[in-house]
Amino acid sequence: MTAPNAGEILAAASLVIFCASLSRLLRLGFGRSLLISALRMVLQLVGLAFVLGWLFRTETFLVTLAAMVVMAGFAGAEVVARQEQPPGRLWTGLVGVTAMLTAGLAVTLPALLLLGDDGSWWHPRTALPIFGMVAGASMTGVSLSLDTFAQGVLRDARGIEARLALGATRNEALRPVIRQAVTRGMMPTINAMAAIGVVTIPGMMTGQLLAGAEVFGAARLQMFLMFLLAGATALGTLGATYAMAQRVTDARHRLRLDRLAVRK
Amino acid sequence: MLSVSQLVTTAGQVPDFDLKPGCCLAVTGPSGTGKSLMLRAIADLDPAQGQISLDGRPCESFAAPDWRRDIRYLAAEAAFWEPTLGAHFSVPPTADDLAAVGLRPDRLDAPILQLSSGERQRGALLRAMEDAPRVLLLDEPTSSLDAASTALVEALLKAFLSSGGAIVLVTHDEDQAERLRTSRLRLHR
Repeated sequence: MTAPNAGEILAAASLVIFCASLSRLLRLGFGRSLLISALRMVLQLVGLAFVLGWLFRTETFLVTLAAMVVMAGFAGAEVVARQEQPPGRLWTGLVGVTAMLTAGLAVTLPALLLLGDDGSWWHPRTALPIFGMVAGASMTGVSLSLDTFAQGVLRDARGIEARLALGATRNEALRPVIRQAVTRGMMPTINAMAAIGVVTIPGMMTGQLLAGAEVFGAARLQMFLMFLLAGATALGTLGATYAMAQRVTDARHRLRLDRLAVRK
Repeated sequence: MLSVSQLVTTAGQVPDFDLKPGCCLAVTGPSGTGKSLMLRAIADLDPAQGQISLDGRPCESFAAPDWRRDIRYLAAEAAFWEPTLGAHFSVPPTADDLAAVGLRPDRLDAPILQLSSGERQRGALLRAMEDAPRVLLLDEPTSSLDAASTALVEALLKAFLSSGGAIVLVTHDEDQAERLRTSRLRLHR
């Protein structure tokens, strides 16, 4: 199979346009954002193709690393945007970017060393797609867990303070909220692993199969990647949640909601 | 036993005081004069300036959880985090403990949401008195109680005082302040 041409893409896009007009007809109000995000998708993919083409030609490690940092920065902005109650935008962003970059690199770099035994491990063509998948999965986990954590702390503030007043440490008092946040952050990854191959055929494997790869090879690569995704999501989610738990408490085991910078 | 000096909360300066075993300081004053903030600062739940010490040992030299096990703060609004009252205790209170505040034993296993506000308040007080704190910092501990339950709670607090404990009691009830106090503190705007 070859890549679709412009006419074929337009045919697929007509589906989205049809759904948007359906939304307008039934006054459901999602049509506008559907069209805007579809347009964004097109522009971003064209941009991505240009940038990747350039990156793939340079083939230097520093450029690869810089691209990873930029990707993590965009992911951080997404994390902040998805918070209903951002506990200090700057902090959420910093915690999110740090957690994703650390977890992403900690998982991606050894994996690349393992895969690229021919010395090509740092080539952008190998490194960036893997890092992108890993960072994307951990972005979902990190933003879900940070959002759940901030809402939980605000909702349960009285109970948390009551426990502190009875002599609980900050980790004891926050444990239910931390547990809820981490569980919620891990949920999509756990569900994805459980459903894979039975309910869903993963996007990456689909791409490989359409490009004509051998099925067992595609399955092995998918397994390898799912382990990376699960690991990076767990590390990023744990790191971000515990960092935020430290942030909303202090060394004297006080709940410092003033640091949540809830806007008045 | 509990000594507070030059304490400044966000509501302003708190007069110095020194509380001996068996003594109850009744704190009164209009709303917004920082009575609750004062209790929270003494429990080290809010950052504040000033010196607070227990038996001459400054608050900072305690690990904060240890300090709060000795200096036990009970907020005006009882808060719970487990589904039943009983689950909040490390050792469930005996029938006698419960009877002392007029709670029936079956209240321990009832869902928190089914307890009346008065039952919640008395349950929270029992929980705050678990494993022998030295000082109780009580914020309106009988605000949701009828006269009979209030009398039970006051008798329990008097027993705590005669066993060598000390209490800082924030109350709007002048009669209660007079019944329990050994000294008084009036906060003004």
